[in-house]
Amino acid sequence: MPSFEFSGKVIETDDEGYLQNLDNWNKEIAVYLANEENIELTERHWELINWVRDYFMKFQVAPAIKSLVKEVGKLENIEDKKEANKFVYELFPEGPAKQLAKIAGLPKPTGCV
Amino acid sequence: MAKTKTAYKVPVLTGEIKVPKVVPGASAYEKMYHGENDDMTALGFPASLEDGWETKAVGIFKQLLTHNKALKDYMDICVRCGACTDKCQFFLGTGDSNNMPVGRAELMRKVYRYYFTPAGGLFKSLADAEPFSERMIKKWFTYYYQCSECRRCSYYCPYGIDTAVITMAARDIMDGIGLGQKYSTQIINKVFKIGNNLGIPPAALRNTLDDLEEEMKDATGKDVKIPMDEEGAEVLLVPPSADFFAMPHMESLAGYAKVFYKAGISWTVSSYASEAANFGMFIGNYKNTKEINKRVWDEARRLKVKRVIVGECGHAWRALYNYSNTMNGPFDFLDNKYRQPAHICDFTLGLIKDGVIKMDPSANDDKIVTYHDSCNVARASRIGEMPGGQFTVPRELIKACANHFFELRDGANRAQTYCCGGGGGILTDEVMNVRIAGSMPKMQVIKEVMDNNGVNFLALICAICKTQFTKMYPLYGFDAEMVGGVHQLVSSAIVL
Repeated sequence: MPSFEFSGKVIETDDEGYLQNLDNWNKEIAVYLANEENIELTERHWELINWVRDYFMKFQVAPAIKSLVKEVGKLENIEDKKEANKFVYELFPEGPAKQLAKIAGLPKPTGCV
Repeated sequence: MAKTKTAYKVPVLTGEIKVPKVVPGASAYEKMYHGENDDMTALGFPASLEDGWETKAVGIFKQLLTHNKALKDYMDICVRCGACTDKCQFFLGTGDSNNMPVGRAELMRKVYRYYFTPAGGLFKSLADAEPFSERMIKKWFTYYYQCSECRRCSYYCPYGIDTAVITMAARDIMDGIGLGQKYSTQIINKVFKIGNNLGIPPAALRNTLDDLEEEMKDATGKDVKIPMDEEGAEVLLVPPSADFFAMPHMESLAGYAKVFYKAGISWTVSSYASEAANFGMFIGNYKNTKEINKRVWDEARRLKVKRVIVGECGHAWRALYNYSNTMNGPFDFLDNKYRQPAHICDFTLGLIKDGVIKMDPSANDDKIVTYHDSCNVARASRIGEMPGGQFTVPRELIKACANHFFELRDGANRAQTYCCGGGGGILTDEVMNVRIAGSMPKMQVIKEVMDNNGVNFLALICAICKTQFTKMYPLYGFDAEMVGGVHQLVSSAIVL
């Protein structure tokens, strides 16, 4: 199984670098994972990371893209859906479904997405 | 380390489709991840490749040849005329001779000749026969997963060889010896465990639907509902689970909901049968295909619905329309006044024609629309009552919803449609370069209507096509929002 070493601990991932174990996640690891994706985490990133993690804990799955965009609209006071969507992609250029999930320590979404 | 955009090889779009220089092994470097142990065993396969797999593979191959007469014919009757060679989008995009349909099929035919023909066993090289070997099975794993089972080559084959049957058999043999593909096996296991490809549990699904209801209320002022697990509803709607998660897919779900709302027909989605897709078909495994298919009909019985309608998903339509009756029928508990199952496009168009719902096509006047025929709908099924309905029904529906529509070039659409490059279980990131290469022919003809007719919207009825084109468009320099579902057009145009 692929893995990386972090603060003296071996962190297992899947083939594409998503954490195998949700509990291994912490803020430092998020920074490390974001760095791998060439993303420097800002407060705006953190708001979404925390929100999707909470959502995942509650529902055992990541939120639908529409729900995420809606949340962003609320958090950032962006009324226009398209603008909110653009905002999400500016934060996570490779798409929120995968890139945000990865940094938040969630599994990769499966299916036709 | 994740592959970044810069690592991708994106072709330049010229509007032309040229036959590339042939380079054997050009795309050998792109491979699928192996199936994970838990997923493999859950599907009834060995967890991983074990010693002595060669003997086992021959046994499974033999069984398939016995039970699937077509496969045996396809092994025997190819005369290597070459009609298929330049018909595959993956060959056109990669130039790899193993991606010529005949080249890919030869990987299996060589093995077939060795074990199952007298000449192959006795005169190996003369008969061009080869036993299973590590080298050979690696080639199988590579190239039978660079095929989208789209059957474009079969359309041109003078003998009618269905190459997808060969790919499916190869994948089934590989799964049977423990050499699985992670993407499909993981998804199938999620369907069995949770009910859908995405792994959305009931509470999450309800939450998502609530959000969409709220959005529709904000946008229209109407109480458009999406009922879930509602016993006694008239219709069970089974969409691909991407409609519950992804964009632009969910815009089509809003479209279906508005149609039911306006027509006043009671309906429900199910948290158990929350998936129309059937990846069992992609891996060519009868047992898994049948099990996944069964969920829909079990749920139709349990919820006591009268009709089953399938959402926008290409291969799902084939799996449900073509195989349900023989696999899990008969459906005499449903109201046989209606086609069972019915395609959502057929359903919506019927309501428009009967005057039950009305469209205002000017609502889509910002869009200049074209339509891509999805392989499994175009070449493997029908929609509605008339032959060719799989072509006419979606087009009629689009034209009812939008004033500006242009067809893609002849020879690249309808029954001759090029695959989007992501079908058949290869819509996964580790083979992104294969997906990009495979998308090239279709992207060329789309570019043509963009340039000539100003087309700015690609209408689709397949979840895979939607995801694939949404991923491809930005790589080729186009806005991902130019891709969407036919029911996205319905959603905008319907007069509520």
